Amino acid sequence: MQYIVLIYGNEKGWSSLAKGQAEKMYADYRKYTEDLSRAGVLRGGSELKPTTAATTIRVRDGKRQVTDGPFAETKEQVGGYYLIDVPDLEAALDWAARCPGALDGSIEVRPLAQSAEM
Amino acid sequence: MLARAIDQLVRHEGPRVLAGLIRWSGDFDLAEEAFQAACTQALEQWPRRGLPERPGGWLTTVARRRLADLLRRRRPSLPLEGPLAEALAADESEPQESEPEVEDDRLRLLFTVCHPALGQEAQVALALRTLCGLTTQEIARAHLEVEATTAQRLVRAKRKIAEARIPFEVPAADRLAERLAGVLSTIYLVFNEGFSATAGEAWIRADLCAEAIRLGRLVVELLPREPEAEGLLALMLLHDARRPARTAADGTLVPLEEQDRTLWSRELIAEGTALLDGAVSRGAPGSYQLQAAIAALHARASRPEDTDWPQIAALYGALLRHSPSPIVELNAAAAVAMAHGPEAGLAWMDRLERSGELAEYHLLPAARADLLRRLGRVAEARAAYRRALELVRHPAERRFLERRLGEVG
Repeated sequence: MQYIVLIYGNEKGWSSLAKGQAEKMYADYRKYTEDLSRAGVLRGGSELKPTTAATTIRVRDGKRQVTDGPFAETKEQVGGYYLIDVPDLEAALDWAARCPGALDGSIEVRPLAQSAEM
Repeated sequence: MLARAIDQLVRHEGPRVLAGLIRWSGDFDLAEEAFQAACTQALEQWPRRGLPERPGGWLTTVARRRLADLLRRRRPSLPLEGPLAEALAADESEPQESEPEVEDDRLRLLFTVCHPALGQEAQVALALRTLCGLTTQEIARAHLEVEATTAQRLVRAKRKIAEARIPFEVPAADRLAERLAGVLSTIYLVFNEGFSATAGEAWIRADLCAEAIRLGRLVVELLPREPEAEGLLALMLLHDARRPARTAADGTLVPLEEQDRTLWSRELIAEGTALLDGAVSRGAPGSYQLQAAIAALHARASRPEDTDWPQIAALYGALLRHSPSPIVELNAAAAVAMAHGPEAGLAWMDRLERSGELAEYHLLPAARADLLRRLGRVAEARAAYRRALELVRHPAERRFLERRLGEVG
């Protein structure tokens, strides 16, 4: 069963980290990624650029409406994601709990639709 | 008469049977459908042919065959495999063999329906539906909601279990304490819905208490030596012991100090106290054990003036350190007032009032009013009772407060 692990946090907080703190955060994520990979559950994932780099597009009546910024302004933004393949929600939550972002932000765990048993 | 006996039997055996069906199929809806079919068949056959020797085994066998049919119909190309196929094969040779694993299934089911990935209201509804065998209509009535709302809540919860794949299992040892706490709090929520006088028909509320106690017993039986599980069961039994004395004939709430203590159930008090003693001896205190200890001290006093208030105040102090909340604080303040005089309690309640945390909670002004009345500060007491009356919702509590306001003059 595949789950996406969405890492939510305050991106202003991330960008204003001191150099040492930022290095530690990246080291923690590298270690976490390695652990996922070694356990054979990692299917993909990446850090995302901040929402200042985001562009939103809608097509209405055949016309493209392109706007600057994310789809919705929220207090916490997605800063990255992992795609994992594990037996059930309990296992997914165990992995999500080990994500460094769980300590200061929130992790949303969602099953992939095509992964569900039909 | 027989129909009623069969109905009770089905209710009693149902949760075990259903829990097994859910494990075999991994599908709540199919399991429920198969179970309903078996119940219908029982109601048809048992009156004519007499009760089977082991009704639970009979229901399991019939429901399992039905479940296999349903699964084959849904996935005709796939052969049945795994535990269900093995169980069916066993049915062929020995139709009513003993089932050593059914107990575990009910515990698995309890942990599954009380998974924190489900909302608490959904947990309560699912537990009542699957483990207590209440109908959707009964659950709706108990929660004062339309049946369609409850039905939808159940559908959504079952869909979430399937889609997010919440496992049907007792959590691993390192997660057990955390998950058990969630299970216990859902059970206590069911109990409180029945016990705390919010609204609803009296009989269905008493039913909720009975179901919560049944779930509490199930946990203690299947997961022995867990002090907080024992503490919760003790707490519920000790509260339930006072039920016959809690409401007057006209439905007015009778406060603890005015209750006819001869109406309290000695049997439930003895059982609750013994359970609590066992729990405390394990040396791992917790909030349910502390609350049960407070309830036990009340239960032990045969007259209100015999109540060991200093000990109760001390226990509330411990409870406050263990699980701080403004409501526990209010209770602690009331106990301090009884143990060390109204002024001490009132000073604490005034601080609570200034904090604004319980601004909408009618029992804060009600408790203040009570202390002011005892201190002879009539005008302030009257104002506090009026404030409590503005906030109170339940008619029985309202009548009680109106009576007190009248007595202050």
